[in-house]
Amino acid sequence: MSDANLFAQQESNRRRSTWLIIGFVVFFAWVGFGGDIAVGLLTADAPPGSYHHAVPIFGIVTTLLAGGLCWYAWRFGSRQVLWATGAWELIEPATAEQKQLVNVVEEMAIASGLPRPRIWIVPDADPNAFATGRDPATASIAVTEGLLATLSRDELQGVVAHEMAHVRNLDIRLMTLLAAMVGAIALMSDGMGRLMRGGFRVGGGGGGGRGGRSGKGGGNPLALVLLVLWLLTLVVAPILSRLLAMAVNRKREYLADATGAQFTRNPAALASALEKLSAAAAPTRAITQGAAHLCIVDPSGNRFTSAEGAVADVFASHPPIAQRIIRLRGMAFQQAKREGEYLPADAPGAG
Amino acid sequence: MGAIILLVLLALVALWLVSAYNSLISLKNQVVNAWKQIDVQLKRRHDLIPNLVNTVKGAMDFERSTLEAVIAARNRAVAATGVQQTARADGELTQALGRLFALAENYPELKSNQNVLQLQEELTSTENRIGFARQAYNDVATDYNTKQMQFPTNLVAGLAKASPAELWEIEDAGDRAVPTVDLSLNRPPSA
Repeated sequence: MSDANLFAQQESNRRRSTWLIIGFVVFFAWVGFGGDIAVGLLTADAPPGSYHHAVPIFGIVTTLLAGGLCWYAWRFGSRQVLWATGAWELIEPATAEQKQLVNVVEEMAIASGLPRPRIWIVPDADPNAFATGRDPATASIAVTEGLLATLSRDELQGVVAHEMAHVRNLDIRLMTLLAAMVGAIALMSDGMGRLMRGGFRVGGGGGGGRGGRSGKGGGNPLALVLLVLWLLTLVVAPILSRLLAMAVNRKREYLADATGAQFTRNPAALASALEKLSAAAAPTRAITQGAAHLCIVDPSGNRFTSAEGAVADVFASHPPIAQRIIRLRGMAFQQAKREGEYLPADAPGAG
Repeated sequence: MGAIILLVLLALVALWLVSAYNSLISLKNQVVNAWKQIDVQLKRRHDLIPNLVNTVKGAMDFERSTLEAVIAARNRAVAATGVQQTARADGELTQALGRLFALAENYPELKSNQNVLQLQEELTSTENRIGFARQAYNDVATDYNTKQMQFPTNLVAGLAKASPAELWEIEDAGDRAVPTVDLSLNRPPSA
């Protein structure tokens, strides 16, 4: 990737991260203040002396909470993601495999011109890898034990280069924020749903209020519309946020494959690594859905990742792996042709 | 009025001079730094080789000439100065090591020796690092060379004491292995 492209990509990731944070806070504010308005309208008709919801306390609390969550995601998002996968940091490599991983990461740090990221190992037998962090200086690369056991040195280099490409493009910032926020929204929606069910039960107990409301009319239809809209947001938000995370990721994988191949100058190795990763279709249990979009291949062993078409385009966090392999093989072929090394026996698929 | 315009023009020229000078100096330092990165890896490689030789010495006793070639190449590489000489010496060292590892394939006890495997991994990694560091060096050196030749930056190149940086030419071991056929008759007999 040329420098201009790189800067554009980094800038776009910075901008999107900012918008993500703004959207997140606005969403929480809506949940809070919307609740305030709904409760305010419901209690507006209450007889004098009983409770009137005048101070938008929910709104203030949720907005502050969102601000705090954003700060937390910014500061500790990567740690949270790593913690959720049960990864441990590789500091003193003990085995030959671990030593090789450290070497490969250091090589790729030189190739990409970035500081060496911290290295983590996820105790999971399924081969997978991801990168997380805020910027190259705080970046971490995590690989599963299965990855170390499955791949050859060149293939491991290809995978690490792919992750370093995510680090350099600042994809990791957007992805890590998204992971933290998808988790927070799912949690909040869950909690709110529980709260709402509790609230309705209480409301049902004081059933007399319902007749009174419909009698008064006026602001009440508005309250109802608001309430429905508000509830809808709560129900749809977790699904939407996950779809967003997936959509944001899909295009980035092709780009990271290409940039990684530039680092190693060996696209064929990454292609054969992806083949091995897709062949080991077992789900990566250690990596939960919230962090799926961070990984090099979909950890769920998702059938959408192997399919193509409109449904797959919406519900897959990763582009079809076959497509990625085809593109990489194409790059390998072009490279071989440039260097005059192309032999029919080495045709795509032989590796 | 004319004096003010002249002053503004002079100030613009001075500003441009400063920025052009500074950009050249910055690139120059980047070249120096990129070279240091290569140097670190070269030193690491040179330090690894005596270990390797000592480890395989026992098993490969009758391949003494190969081992000696590696040691000689290593010593030449350590003594090398300048980009071109270093590049050549390093290429020869790579070639000598390649022969050593090819021969080591014939010794099952070496192939399964943990120390040898580890040294081989370290040497592979170091070679990769040299390769990637070399790429970074050549990139920044090319930038530097282009900048100091381009108009109008070339006008301040002398002021910044800029001189073209040597590129690290990749001399493929395979290329050098091809024998050159010299049919000229005026060759000195010793050659």
